[in-house]
Amino acid sequence: MTSLGGVELSGTPLMPQVGAIAEDKRLGRSIWRRILAQRPAQIGLIILAFLFLVAIFAPVLASYDPEKSVIGIETKAQGAVARAAPCIHALGCPADRPEHLMGLDGNVIDEFARVVFGARVSLAIGFVTVGGAILIGLLIGAVAGYAGGWADNVLMRTMDMFLAFPALLLSIVIVTILGSGLVQAMTAVAIVSIPIYARVMRASVLSVRELDYVTAARALGDSPVNILLRRVLPNSLTPMIVQGTLGIGTAVLEVAALSFLGLGSQPPTPEWGQMIGREYNNLQNAAHLIFFPGIGLTLTVLGFNLLGDGLRDAFDPRLGR
Amino acid sequence: MLQFIIRRLITSIPVLLGVMVIVFVLVRVIPGDPCTALLGEKANAERCAQFNERIGLHQPLPVQLGIYLKEVATLDLGTSTKFGKPVVQLLVERLPTTIELTIYALVFAIVFGMALGIIAASRRNSAADVGSMMVANLGVSIPVFVLGLVIAYFFAVVLKGTPFALPGVAAGRLSAGFRFETIPQAWGMTDLTGPPRGILDFLSNMYTVNGLLTLQFGLFFDALRHLLLPALALGTIPMAIIARMTRSSLLEVMGLDYVRTARAKGLKGRIVLFRHGLRNAMLPVVTVIGLSIGGLLSGAVLTETIFGLTGVGLTIKDAITSRDYAVVQGMALFVAFVYVIVNLLTDISYGFLDPRVRQT
Repeated sequence: MTSLGGVELSGTPLMPQVGAIAEDKRLGRSIWRRILAQRPAQIGLIILAFLFLVAIFAPVLASYDPEKSVIGIETKAQGAVARAAPCIHALGCPADRPEHLMGLDGNVIDEFARVVFGARVSLAIGFVTVGGAILIGLLIGAVAGYAGGWADNVLMRTMDMFLAFPALLLSIVIVTILGSGLVQAMTAVAIVSIPIYARVMRASVLSVRELDYVTAARALGDSPVNILLRRVLPNSLTPMIVQGTLGIGTAVLEVAALSFLGLGSQPPTPEWGQMIGREYNNLQNAAHLIFFPGIGLTLTVLGFNLLGDGLRDAFDPRLGR
Repeated sequence: MLQFIIRRLITSIPVLLGVMVIVFVLVRVIPGDPCTALLGEKANAERCAQFNERIGLHQPLPVQLGIYLKEVATLDLGTSTKFGKPVVQLLVERLPTTIELTIYALVFAIVFGMALGIIAASRRNSAADVGSMMVANLGVSIPVFVLGLVIAYFFAVVLKGTPFALPGVAAGRLSAGFRFETIPQAWGMTDLTGPPRGILDFLSNMYTVNGLLTLQFGLFFDALRHLLLPALALGTIPMAIIARMTRSSLLEVMGLDYVRTARAKGLKGRIVLFRHGLRNAMLPVVTVIGLSIGGLLSGAVLTETIFGLTGVGLTIKDAITSRDYAVVQGMALFVAFVYVIVNLLTDISYGFLDPRVRQT
């Protein structure tokens, strides 16, 4: 029996080197088990799975174009007017009227199609924004942590300055400069969240910089870039994944907020924040145009938040098993 | 303690300077020259020459920065192209709304957040615990503009005609046609000028404060009625964050040895919870409260938009649409200042709560 790292291998005895590999896999599997053991993470994963399925099968689910008005296909007599309420046959809508599960929006476009395709847009916004922020934050944090001295000071103090602004406000100011648009809004939100990732990266670089195996790599003549990529980076992945997962929820929310204010995505892109922003003045007579995109946004953020919390607890060694 | 406060004050000076530098740089990277950006339609060759002379555009950047810092220090934040008023005057008129809204939201968040957290922690894994944490998780995830609209819908449409009915969307700050006196008017100090007048005007524009100070209770209640829904919408996210933090921090502290000792001494559970547990659990909660004020200031932009409150947030939003850069610049700077000061106060309050912090 091998007992590498205190984990008993059951079943047939393995050769030591094979055992090490099995140990690796086992560790991965046990982390999954720990994540899945948590109710919040389970719910988060279910929500996200649902959203991904909706995003992937959006063209199948929606029978209308999310960017084209139904005028010309349907007549006014059939109910094709701006902000028409949902028409669901099962709930008593006359059979001679075309079915619109979530009604029609201000441009007489099928709201269901827009909400469903909105899942694609929002998930893409979340991943791309956070991906970009992580990449740059990683770089800044790694340089700051590894170089130390004045470079560290200059970089991290600059990051602190960015944290001195309320997040949405700073991204509003940045969008003012870049101009309105979805890409600009995503860039602004990414810039604002860079300091968080830079800090996480710097902390993990500092924690391993002086360890023996890094010193050994340095003594062997490894280049700093190589050491960073092969020795330091893998150690910082865990906190990055946790922070990133929580960050996706925030990023989706902030880009939606910018779009709500008219500074982000522009019509006809089916983006939830913008859809709410364009219709909130009609709350009294067309609440469905606020609620459905609102539910989409809330579910997305909730999913990533729950999963992020679950990941953090699963990776936190202090909590034990 | 005094030493700790002074040290902390000194360290926030570079942050304030840095904030000014960032705003300074941002305005200079706006496409087009600063003159057309800041003067807008009024920009012509002559005016631009004057303007460039004043901000020292022909001088090296450090000198320009010096001029800018001096202007900020003397509260000269430029003139709004849209309103034709100094930005400082706009701040006196509109910042009070945002401050009032933020304070009511914060009070709601702290009171209900801590209550939920304490209930959840003291009855761990009970239905109350699970329920309040579900509310908290949902509260953290729902965008403030969605929540604001849901609340507005509920009160203005669903509860219409019931005694609960409150004004809904685009409600403004007071009922239409509501007349009231400002503090200088009520106190017969209308001939006052300069900064003291500015301060009184500032207080007058916080309508609930004005109502209490000048005993115009009609004004107080009308203003409060209009603030309740926005404050509820704005305060829910920080409330959820505070609830979660109170719960986890309290659970951690209640598992410590000294709490067990206190229990073993035969103290009542309630006393152990509030006197021994809560005080030590407060530190992370205070951190979260401080941090959430940034979120409140951000959320104020959205909340003010939904409820038609003319505060700083709505003003910034309108200023962007009308390319009124002087307003964006001045107000962003001011809000960042407020944020830095709040963080400073949060840090100082650590010193009161935890003696260990003072030493480091």
